[in-house]
Amino acid sequence: MQIPYTVHPRPDTGLFNAKLGVWLFLASEVMLFGALFSSYVLLREGALTWPHGYEILNIPLATLNTVVLISSSITMVMAWASLKLNDFAKYKRYIGSTVLLGFGFLIIKSFEYGAKFSHGIGPGDSTFLAIYFTLTGLHGLHVIGGMIVNGYLWGPGSKMWQSDPERLTNRIEVAGLYWHFVDLVWIFLFPVLYLL
Amino acid sequence: MAHVATAGHAVHDAAHHEEELTFIRRYVFSQDHKVIGIQYLITSLLFLFFGFTLMMLMRWQLAYPGQPIPFIGGLLGEANAPGGIMLPEFYNQLGAMHGTIMVFLGVVPLAVGAFGNYVVPLQIGAPDMAFPKLNMMSYWVYFVGGVTMLASFFLPGGAANSGWTSYAPLSVVATTGQTAWLFAMVFLITSSLLGSVNFIVTIVQLRAKGLSFTRLPFFVWAQLVTAFLLLLAFPPLEAAGVMQLMDRLAGTSFFLPSGLVVAGQVLDVSGGGSPILWQHLFWFLAHPEVYVLILPAMGIVGEIIANNTRKPLWGYKSLVYATIFLGFMSFIVWAHHMFLTGMGTVISTFFQTTTMIISIPSVIILTAFFISLWGASIRFNTQMLFALAFLPMFGIGGLTGLPLGLAPTDIHLHDTYYVIGHFHYVVAPGTIFALFAGVYHWYPKVTGRRMSDTLGKVHFWGSLVCMNGIFMPMFIQGLAGVSRRLYDGGQQYAHAQGVLQWNEFMSVAAWSLAVFQLPFMINFFLSIWKGRKVENDNPWEATTLDWATPTPPPHGNFAKVPEVYRGPYEYSVPGHPTDFFPQNEPEPAKG
Repeated sequence: MQIPYTVHPRPDTGLFNAKLGVWLFLASEVMLFGALFSSYVLLREGALTWPHGYEILNIPLATLNTVVLISSSITMVMAWASLKLNDFAKYKRYIGSTVLLGFGFLIIKSFEYGAKFSHGIGPGDSTFLAIYFTLTGLHGLHVIGGMIVNGYLWGPGSKMWQSDPERLTNRIEVAGLYWHFVDLVWIFLFPVLYLL
Repeated sequence: MAHVATAGHAVHDAAHHEEELTFIRRYVFSQDHKVIGIQYLITSLLFLFFGFTLMMLMRWQLAYPGQPIPFIGGLLGEANAPGGIMLPEFYNQLGAMHGTIMVFLGVVPLAVGAFGNYVVPLQIGAPDMAFPKLNMMSYWVYFVGGVTMLASFFLPGGAANSGWTSYAPLSVVATTGQTAWLFAMVFLITSSLLGSVNFIVTIVQLRAKGLSFTRLPFFVWAQLVTAFLLLLAFPPLEAAGVMQLMDRLAGTSFFLPSGLVVAGQVLDVSGGGSPILWQHLFWFLAHPEVYVLILPAMGIVGEIIANNTRKPLWGYKSLVYATIFLGFMSFIVWAHHMFLTGMGTVISTFFQTTTMIISIPSVIILTAFFISLWGASIRFNTQMLFALAFLPMFGIGGLTGLPLGLAPTDIHLHDTYYVIGHFHYVVAPGTIFALFAGVYHWYPKVTGRRMSDTLGKVHFWGSLVCMNGIFMPMFIQGLAGVSRRLYDGGQQYAHAQGVLQWNEFMSVAAWSLAVFQLPFMINFFLSIWKGRKVENDNPWEATTLDWATPTPPPHGNFAKVPEVYRGPYEYSVPGHPTDFFPQNEPEPAKG
């Protein structure tokens, strides 16, 4: 039994299965984060006082993290482009850097969290901190999820290059779409939580 | 098997492949959509019966408050029912878990997981779902969620007891069972997310050659719209679940207002949260969820009506457009559950307007089904009886919803038994009847044998009478103002005294309904071995592709990759030798 359109796009839809699948998955992710952002708006509207993010949070570290995450999106695209250009060695370098940059993001984030916790500041202290920790925590989980997938595609998953190069390229494209989405969520998170 | 071989070769390959799989891979961790569909069917039927059992216990308490439950009262444990007499806390657990289990573990997995999984790939002429591994995962994630839900009864303080809606702040300060409920819900949401992505990709990508969207069977359309609802409506509940978990475990106050007093003490939290926020997020899921419950049922009814009236389904295009419009509108009606929260007349007016608008596509669908019956010589087999009963039962459910959708009348009816009667008419004699119809209809395809029509008719008539016996008096009680979720059924209230006698009647009807499920169970299991064998692959003389497979369909489904030449319901075509013209049958040569 062979399931059609796992690798090549269906002519009338122009998509292979996994690509449509990941777009749908991202639509649901938009609804997930959309609900949290809406909650942020409603809670802030209803609050008597609401602190400015920049009074509490560390903007330089978050700015650095924004740069790190955007760079990782660039290396992700380069990894895909390298496969398209049949350069497997380059692919390994780029997808490896993507994983490392994700790791760097988490390290910087853990410094931020650590500084809060060491001052005895936690999610229970105010509604602002509650939504801050929930949103960034959930985003952090998404980063970890993406790193696991990318790490697999860097390591054991890359063996597919020998057997089915086209399918591996598709997989990188799909993983890349997810990774860009994680990046995009951060680009919304950063101004909403830190700057406004 | 990297290539698609000739038809005969492919069948041989498939058979050969099946032999290689171990028992575990074939029947437990199977990736075949049909096996997964049957797994969903059996699991969700068991959950349906379990959820029904919880209700039968509650109905004892409502009919005979404070009297020991006979036979099984002693088995419920001293913490729940000392001396067989149910405690209020236990009653609340039963209520919350009845709702949760029926909706999230019973009806939706049966309608989408079982019927969707089994029938959709067959009806679109696909060898399987687009992502078989994901499909297997979504079943097992659902299974873990279900087990977590059941296990929560054994936690200290028992299962969740804040209603299936888990309204904050009550749910935030409730016993540990609520935490288990939230974790279980995260599993169930993940399962339905994986499932819905899989369904949409399968329907969009794996349609057979010639099967354009305008030739899709109505059932497939209903499943497609349902999948979009699951995909987009569930994540906000997941977000809300995460926030409630944070409130319970990390000490946040998303849903806790300042100065909340619990057991005489002001709660030591930062406060500033909003209980109404939970309601918004919950109903943003739970209203589309109502359509998740009803659309697949309508899909099944559509198939069965067309097949047994031997006529094309009337107004196929209107049906499809109405379904899409219904799906879209279902996202902007949620706050009609919240007229009494004080959200203001402007917002109430908006939501009452959208609610009136959403009734239009439902009426279109129902009307099209009724007109389909016009002038037909109907085959009254069991599945057709269930499908026919669906129409007025769902009609009663829908029409009684209108006064609830209008803010002024809802003020009187809100949170009364009227509401319970309304949505149970939609889901119980509505959706569940359609699902029974589906079981009788597709059973011969799955097993190669028919279910007994005699037992089926006993099941049908008994269920129909009992269902109405349970739910019709609820309207009477509700209009008299009896509130829902009362441990004693309203005994302490003066205004309830005139209608309390109905409680016993409804309870007897509920227990009788259980008795009338016995013929179904006997029929279901006995027919696997004793049922009358089908004469051919298409015993109902249907037109859609699900009947063009061998019986039962092998791994990979079709002996020959099907091609589609016409719409789904070409019955009684003038000039055609038989009264059905299957989608995959080529036009006869001219001359």
